[in-house]
Amino acid sequence: MSLMRLESRRQESRAMMLAAPVIAVAATLLVGAALFTLLGHDGLGAVYEIFVKPLFNPYRWQDLLVKAAPLAMIATGLAIGFRANVWNIGAEGQYILGGLAGTGVALATLDMTGSWILPAMLVCGILGGMAWAAIPALLKTTLGVNEILSSLMLNYVAIQILYYLMRGPWKDPMGFNFPQTAMFTADQTLPMVVPGTLIHLGVPLAAAVALTAFLVLARTVTGFQMKVVGLAPRAAAFGGFGAASTVWIALLAGGGLAGLAGIIEAAGPFGQMVPQFPTGYGYTAIIVAFLGRLNPLGILLAAMVLALTYVGGESAQTTIGLPSAATGVFQSMMLFFLLAADILVRYRLVSGRPATVADTAANPAAKAEPKPKAVTA
Amino acid sequence: MAETAVAPRLELKGISKRFPGVVANDHVSFAVPAGAIHALLGENGAGKSTLVKIIYGVQGADEGEIVFDGQPVRIGSPREARALGIGMVFQHFSLFEAMTVLENIALGMDEPPPRRELEARVRQVLDTYGLSLDPYRHVHTLSVGERQRIEIVRALLQQPKLLIMDEPTSVLTPQEVEQLFTTLRRLAAEGCSILYISHKLHEIKALCQSATIMRGGKVVATCDPREESAQSMAELMIGGSLKALSDKSGAAKGEARFVVASLSAPGEPPFGTSLKDVSFAVRSGEIFGIAGVAGNGQNELLAVVSGENQRGVSGSIRLDGTELARLSVGARRRAGLASSPEERNGHAAVPAMTLTENAILSARSRMGLASGGVIRAKAARDYAAKVIEAFSVKATGPGAAAGSLSGGNLQKFVMGREIMQNPAVLVVSQPTWGVDAGAASFIRQAMIDLAAKGACVVVVSQDLDELLELCDRLAVINEGQLSEPMAVKGISIERVGLLMGGIHGAGQVGAKADTGTGRAPAEKKHLEPAL
Repeated sequence: MSLMRLESRRQESRAMMLAAPVIAVAATLLVGAALFTLLGHDGLGAVYEIFVKPLFNPYRWQDLLVKAAPLAMIATGLAIGFRANVWNIGAEGQYILGGLAGTGVALATLDMTGSWILPAMLVCGILGGMAWAAIPALLKTTLGVNEILSSLMLNYVAIQILYYLMRGPWKDPMGFNFPQTAMFTADQTLPMVVPGTLIHLGVPLAAAVALTAFLVLARTVTGFQMKVVGLAPRAAAFGGFGAASTVWIALLAGGGLAGLAGIIEAAGPFGQMVPQFPTGYGYTAIIVAFLGRLNPLGILLAAMVLALTYVGGESAQTTIGLPSAATGVFQSMMLFFLLAADILVRYRLVSGRPATVADTAANPAAKAEPKPKAVTA
Repeated sequence: MAETAVAPRLELKGISKRFPGVVANDHVSFAVPAGAIHALLGENGAGKSTLVKIIYGVQGADEGEIVFDGQPVRIGSPREARALGIGMVFQHFSLFEAMTVLENIALGMDEPPPRRELEARVRQVLDTYGLSLDPYRHVHTLSVGERQRIEIVRALLQQPKLLIMDEPTSVLTPQEVEQLFTTLRRLAAEGCSILYISHKLHEIKALCQSATIMRGGKVVATCDPREESAQSMAELMIGGSLKALSDKSGAAKGEARFVVASLSAPGEPPFGTSLKDVSFAVRSGEIFGIAGVAGNGQNELLAVVSGENQRGVSGSIRLDGTELARLSVGARRRAGLASSPEERNGHAAVPAMTLTENAILSARSRMGLASGGVIRAKAARDYAAKVIEAFSVKATGPGAAAGSLSGGNLQKFVMGREIMQNPAVLVVSQPTWGVDAGAASFIRQAMIDLAAKGACVVVVSQDLDELLELCDRLAVINEGQLSEPMAVKGISIERVGLLMGGIHGAGQVGAKADTGTGRAPAEKKHLEPAL
């Protein structure tokens, strides 16, 4: 009935692939501005506060990098799995378990000194995340349990483990009964890479992780495997790539990097373990992964954009009194518009008729659908 | 034609269609009288598909006129085409895998009747035209041949005045083809015109009264196929002379190299075919055929032999005495076992990936396209380019997406990718399905050449003519059981047909019983005459 219709492209459009995130961000800003205006706020002001103002403030830049680092790290791990259609939604839990495993090392070494302690914490963080991700992997490969559900549900288990440890065995005896661990020692905290700023070792580490992942995905047989499994599972089996090994690689990579991000947050900005440790990075990273087109280099950019919503959203709360939920609204809109814009990767908008090859030949659903009501003239 | 007393059922006048960079149809004109079976012949890319899509309203023509029953018509959509009485059976099926046959038929109709009534009508069409199909099976459990029957039933339910058939026989047994032809002749006698698209020239000779031959988007000839030879039509079609396959007599020599013994495997639940005690042996230089109707365990056999399916498999697969049955897909490839499954898109090749990446998919270990887990991009590109060159694949280069190639060209690439790895055994399914005559003969020649170098070639095909042309010996698979092998020289087509029919035909209990008894000695006996 409408004058515009979708026509299938012969090949996926690469240009659209790259344009979709830009379209999504632009649409988020526009609709966000309209939405907050309708809610009685200064809509344009809100967009300016969140998305523009922090960029002109050097102190905010430090904050941006610090927030982008865990997002990029987690998203990189998730992207490896998402490429192979392994949907790990449990990064939040893996992030928590990574943080807890590293914290365990820290608490056991409170009285010690040595440059080995921090690396040991990071390694245990990775292992902790992996162990948590191994549960859905095992369930999937042995019993066929859907990894979306199992990994998601384990997030809530992880939070309860955190609460138990904070209120019980790991509570700082000298902490006036606050539910938190002792502060980490100097040997247990990430050093600053730029003295006098907030920028800790995790920031360059995140960039290094993304670059390494980029090379692994582009140049190795494992990266190839993830891509083939995602595009054509039967062809992957034909090529000798087992379904089980794919699930394990995907979940261990996602869990390991989420765990690393967890211990970096604990040993960086937090400097101890607290019940407020989970801040939703594991969920936001899903948006980062998609906005970055599942490409680690794109993810670095996307992580900055999403970090901006955190940093800007925070300051907008104090400067123009925007509700704290604004951050979440903007993040969700971004994912929503991205998924919508992604249809243009495989279809193009054309005006009016005629029908196309793929509509009817390749897609039976279309056979019944396009009622030719647009009889013009 | 226009001046005949009765207006033709369909007349095309100067149809042109341009795509960016290609003229798919260039002033195409021809007419199909009522009740005629008219062939549309041409290589892949000749513009046949575009033309029928225009007739069926899928695409609009840039120029020209369609006259239907004497009335100039504009066909804006398939729905309008169906309203006029035009039915079409596509080469590529439009089916929902997770739904039943009946649901799929209902979805394809503009106003489906209630289920009970639809089922009755479907069963009536099935009976009338002798098609066997269970309306309540899920499509994902059906073979290609069975899926095609859904499309045919779908079209017949509309009681069309013009039925367009796109490559309909590529997956049928001789008996089924004969049955289809009976169906089509009956339809034609009832006054329905049929536009029949095919590469199989002898079928066109047997079925059609007139033929339009297209090449490069243009009509190059209109003829009466009954008066032409297959050779002359083929030459008109490809615009050159067709090379005959080289003589392969005496190629099969030596010991049995590739021995499959008592191979059994459960079928994919709930409807997959189980393999039951399949045994055969292929000697060095031999081409061994496995004939059979679609859905009788061919895909299962290929998946078990290639190693893609290892669940519940018992029996042995030996190559030069080495047991492969417990090895992974990759290990079997390294040992020299190459395979190519029936489905090109998404199984043998990844449409969205480049030819270079598709080369990596199955040639990485044998051709050294990866070392230490790292892809050697240049080696992969070079190998893909070599395959493109040696198998004259029409593609813009190794960087072309596999999905951008025509079916024939992609199949040439897939076959080339496997054959150029110099495997000791090549197991292929439907090597020339939906492939044009030129590419098909090229692929067959390549398999003959591979065998001549001492490799074993196993060809699983539903195209019996192809097997008879290619193979030294063949066996028939039915319901997951393999018959005793027969030497192709002096083979009884009737017997093969009966074996293929199995329980699908009535009263072939005797033929079926043959498959179960004394296979091992029978096989030995048959080895000698073939030598």
